[in-house]
Amino acid sequence: MAVSVDEAVSTGPAPDHGPPARRLGGRGRSVVEIALLTVLAVVMLFPVLWMLETSIKENRDVYAIPAKFFDFAVTLQHYKDVFVAQGDGRTPVSVNFLNSVVVAGASTVLATVLGVPAAWAYSRFAVKAKKDQLFFILSTRFMPPVVVVIPIFLMYRQIGLYDNKLGLILIYTAFNVPFTIWMMKGFVDEVPAEYEDAAMLDGYTRLQAFWRYTLPLLVPGIAATAVFALIFSWNEFVFATFLTSSDSVRTAPPAIAGLIGGTTTDWGLVAAASVVFALPVLVFAYLVRKHLIAGVTLGAVRR
Amino acid sequence: MKDPAPLTTDHPGQVVSVTPPAPGRSRRLSDRWLAVTFISPAMLLLLGMSVFPLLWALYLSFTDYSATRGGPANFIGFGNYTAILTSAQVHTRALTTLIYVVGAVGLQTVLGFGIAYLISRRTRGRGALTTLFLVPMMLSPVVVGLFWRFMLDAQFGVVNSMLGSVGLGQVEWLTRQRTALVSLIVVDTWQWTPFIMLIALAGLTAVPKYLYEAASIDRASEWFRFRTITLPLVWPLLLIAVMFRAIEAFRLFDLVYILTSGGPGVSTETLSFHIYKVAFLGFNSGTASAYGILMVLVVIVLTQFYLRYLNKLKED
Repeated sequence: MAVSVDEAVSTGPAPDHGPPARRLGGRGRSVVEIALLTVLAVVMLFPVLWMLETSIKENRDVYAIPAKFFDFAVTLQHYKDVFVAQGDGRTPVSVNFLNSVVVAGASTVLATVLGVPAAWAYSRFAVKAKKDQLFFILSTRFMPPVVVVIPIFLMYRQIGLYDNKLGLILIYTAFNVPFTIWMMKGFVDEVPAEYEDAAMLDGYTRLQAFWRYTLPLLVPGIAATAVFALIFSWNEFVFATFLTSSDSVRTAPPAIAGLIGGTTTDWGLVAAASVVFALPVLVFAYLVRKHLIAGVTLGAVRR
Repeated sequence: MKDPAPLTTDHPGQVVSVTPPAPGRSRRLSDRWLAVTFISPAMLLLLGMSVFPLLWALYLSFTDYSATRGGPANFIGFGNYTAILTSAQVHTRALTTLIYVVGAVGLQTVLGFGIAYLISRRTRGRGALTTLFLVPMMLSPVVVGLFWRFMLDAQFGVVNSMLGSVGLGQVEWLTRQRTALVSLIVVDTWQWTPFIMLIALAGLTAVPKYLYEAASIDRASEWFRFRTITLPLVWPLLLIAVMFRAIEAFRLFDLVYILTSGGPGVSTETLSFHIYKVAFLGFNSGTASAYGILMVLVVIVLTQFYLRYLNKLKED
């Protein structure tokens, strides 16, 4: 690219937007860039839109060839089918959704209760081999689930936790604790230790200082961390599949995956169930968007 | 810690006026006690749910134990390990996994960085754009796998339908050996490009503006600025994202399970998926454990690289 005129010279329409050193061809280039971004955004979002669309299409339009993008009959039948059984009562899937809420909720609470104090302790005290401990903690989160699930499966069969919600809650807690500790340690580090020192000069014990001065400041961080833990547990599939078998225990992900068994698949139903499943995640993710980078890197990267 | 103090005083007005007891005997001691009580529950859980199972797997990996046959586990030394390391089947899976990891992570990096670069050059609507792009990443692999399976269906899938309407031939995305692996890579790329984008964007927006200003005073070309300012400053962070994705991709299981179930044939069987078959369809718990331990070793090595690098970056 050729060297061109400086910012100062081009007093055209360019300077009012953006980075310094607009080139003369800036406008044209900008248009190309916006077009490119638009195309990419459409490609990224199309599957999501298609899923939404499929979930409100009547069956004959779902399987239409060529695919119908706009002129289809709208129905909410699929959403009804997710929750209401043909004759009466609730569908198995609705029970699975409820199980998901219980399992994800309980494991998140447990992980928070265990993780936050640990994070605070790691942040404030000189713990022996602190760095190694923290590395070890994060390493456990990287274990391939398929590998961990083999001994866990055998273990659970022995102690009666197989096909038991408590079993799922425990393993999810174990997978969320490392994340909670890493994520929360970052938040605790941001709260000056001097607050506690000052409180202790006033005669409070360290514990009281933590409880009264630091903890209230950590609440937003705890909320964000908990939301991520909730999303991880909610989305988890491997443990849910291999550690449960009955519909009364099974969570939503394996249940939704189970909808495609058999010879014919009701894709409208699958789409509706997927939307119901994914919507809370998207809402929650939107709420914690400020902490998204730390969240998705398990608290390792913070900006 | 003589005083198991009431944890909450419900009268905030009182806080100041309360004259607390004189500081305890040894603050050092009480701190250590606190640290231990606060850390050990979490540690115990991890030891019980992560380390103990792994140790059990390690023990099983030296036996011929089978979860269905039951009976005593006979010690067979390194039998399982040699069987796995010399198995042509495993080599095929390793190659598939390698192709998948390199292909998917490579594509994600290029696309993710590209999108981040384009977004970073916009001044308005950056937040909204970023949010939109991030949607795929937050979805469960189950939803992603199912939905792409529907879209890639050879008969009524929307992808083939679109290809047809622009006059291109139909592709059997998930039922041909070659295309199935490509489909897997494409779907993973769709889901995880936002991840790389997010981190690259953080790097790009952190590049100080004055550097560009200085460069433009020097009349440096766009490419030169990109190569000498943008890339070196973003690269360390980008590498973190790439390594993270590589570890995740290496242990990929759910997407394969739902999208292709390893097929057609064994063309999309990753190592994780193969372990699942050995363990839960073949019921060779011993062999599967050895297989798993080998995989864990690889993950540990990768994670160590990742964490060391991360640590180095943090200290700078």
